[in-house]
Amino acid sequence: MSAAPIVLQTEGLLKKFGGITATQDVNLSIAQGARHALIGPNGAGKTTLINLMTGVLEPTAGRITLEGVDITRMAPAQRVQRGLVRTFQINQLFASMTPLETLAMVVSQQQGLGGHWWQPLGANRRVVERCEVLLSLFRLTEVMNQRTDVLAYGKRRLLEMAIALACEPRVLLLDEPVAGVPAGEREELLHTVAALPAEVSVLLIEHDMDLVFDFATRITVLVNGAVLTEGTPQDIANDPQVKSVYLGHGEALTHG
Amino acid sequence: MKAMQDSLLAPSRLKAWEPALWLVAFAAPWLLPGHALIVNEMAIVALFAVSLDLILGYAGVVSLGHAAFFGFGAYTAALFAKLVMPDPVIGLWVGMAAATALGALCSLTILRGSDLTRLMVTLGMALLLLELANKLDGLTGGSDGLQGVVMGPVLGRFEFDLMGQTAAWYALSVLFVLFALARRLVHSPLGATLKAVRDNPLRAMAIGIAVQRRLAVVYTLAAGVAGAAGALLAQTSGFASLDVFALDRSADVMLMLVIGGVGWLYGGVLGAVVFKLLHDVISGITPQYWTFWIGLFLVVLMLLGRDRVLKPWAAWGKPKAQGESA
Repeated sequence: MSAAPIVLQTEGLLKKFGGITATQDVNLSIAQGARHALIGPNGAGKTTLINLMTGVLEPTAGRITLEGVDITRMAPAQRVQRGLVRTFQINQLFASMTPLETLAMVVSQQQGLGGHWWQPLGANRRVVERCEVLLSLFRLTEVMNQRTDVLAYGKRRLLEMAIALACEPRVLLLDEPVAGVPAGEREELLHTVAALPAEVSVLLIEHDMDLVFDFATRITVLVNGAVLTEGTPQDIANDPQVKSVYLGHGEALTHG
Repeated sequence: MKAMQDSLLAPSRLKAWEPALWLVAFAAPWLLPGHALIVNEMAIVALFAVSLDLILGYAGVVSLGHAAFFGFGAYTAALFAKLVMPDPVIGLWVGMAAATALGALCSLTILRGSDLTRLMVTLGMALLLLELANKLDGLTGGSDGLQGVVMGPVLGRFEFDLMGQTAAWYALSVLFVLFALARRLVHSPLGATLKAVRDNPLRAMAIGIAVQRRLAVVYTLAAGVAGAAGALLAQTSGFASLDVFALDRSADVMLMLVIGGVGWLYGGVLGAVVFKLLHDVISGITPQYWTFWIGLFLVVLMLLGRDRVLKPWAAWGKPKAQGESA
């Protein structure tokens, strides 16, 4: 592994909900251009960690830096403007808009036109050009004029990711991108995940081990809110602790 | 590329029926001089409905106290005419500015909390102003209303006449200008981000939209437009009374939007016209019981769906492809 610069880092991140510790002293570093996966059994605190990184939740203690800038207390929208973007495990889309309108809106916002009220949406050439690229990259061109709430589930899942990529992320947090996608539409989705631009650093949260081992070059295992281990896919596949966590004997090891 | 741009620009393009509609509206006071007063009223409530649609239909902010801004604009314009100068256009600016400032102030409190909180806070705000106007009777005339408002001619040339023709054209012109501006806004990137906030605030935040600030901006603008409508009412009737703040007024304007359709600027105009016509026709037949018929109309409208009541020829034939969005 070459020493690519670190783009996103958490240091001693701690989150308590009353007496429950959801995130326990997590130190995580995502390198530039990384294909990093975060795995762990249900309730390991993966989603809490994402919410802390994106600013939906505020940590009890610890620090988060994005490209060297401390973003621990920064508002969620500002983090997005700095390039930290997420997708959602359960689709969060704009039901009454079409994929084309949605992407044109997101791209306009990203290009700093979100507050403009005089020009119509789509008047800007660069916005439309970017939409064209995104629609074809995510195979949404044929359905671009249908309302989002009538799209097939797989297409909605693609739009979910297209919206995130339209924000021009430096770091992309993918929260279970293939969750719930029927087998017939899965291939298309896996293909687009694999085709994400190389310069974007990706942190993938996923239950599907085939996808994780295909995609990631680095894996972090989270158990009960704390990092159990981190390494290459091979290290993780051969780690006896990880095996026992996934085979259901996790209780004995959780304080490792 | 071309096809995409076309379908993005399609909603903002002027439809053939739009100029026709406005021509009919502007011709109405001239063709039916006896009905100029009701045209004037329609234009004023249509403007008020457009204002509510900006926040309710396009940004998803519910309000039961939108009359606060209408009334504030009305009293400000009336007081300005009485105490400072009688010029209507300057008075209109002053009324709008005052309502805009009040909207900016209210946006700090109103945008917190959930829908129910907002309903109650907006309702409370209107009641508060109602009671203030009632109590400060030295200035506002209290429950007698603010009398003796004498308006100068519009633009120094057009005197207000007893038939209400000047009033109707004045109100229609203001409606036209503000409607055109609102129409630009809702089809712009800003308008699209508002729809995004309405559809899914969580995701809107996750794509970098400062949701609260966006809502505050549109709330403030809508307050200004409501203030303009209020100012028009005070100026064209030469009178401001406590009912400009009344709950009825906030509720009526919401009814108009429900009748005409939310999230579509012409819906407010259509709703205002239908509501005023119903009011006028039914109260001519049965002055005491007209709300019974309005109530019946609403129930039928909601049960059957707007499309089937207002466009029966289109809707009864084929089954609908999607769920009813009323």
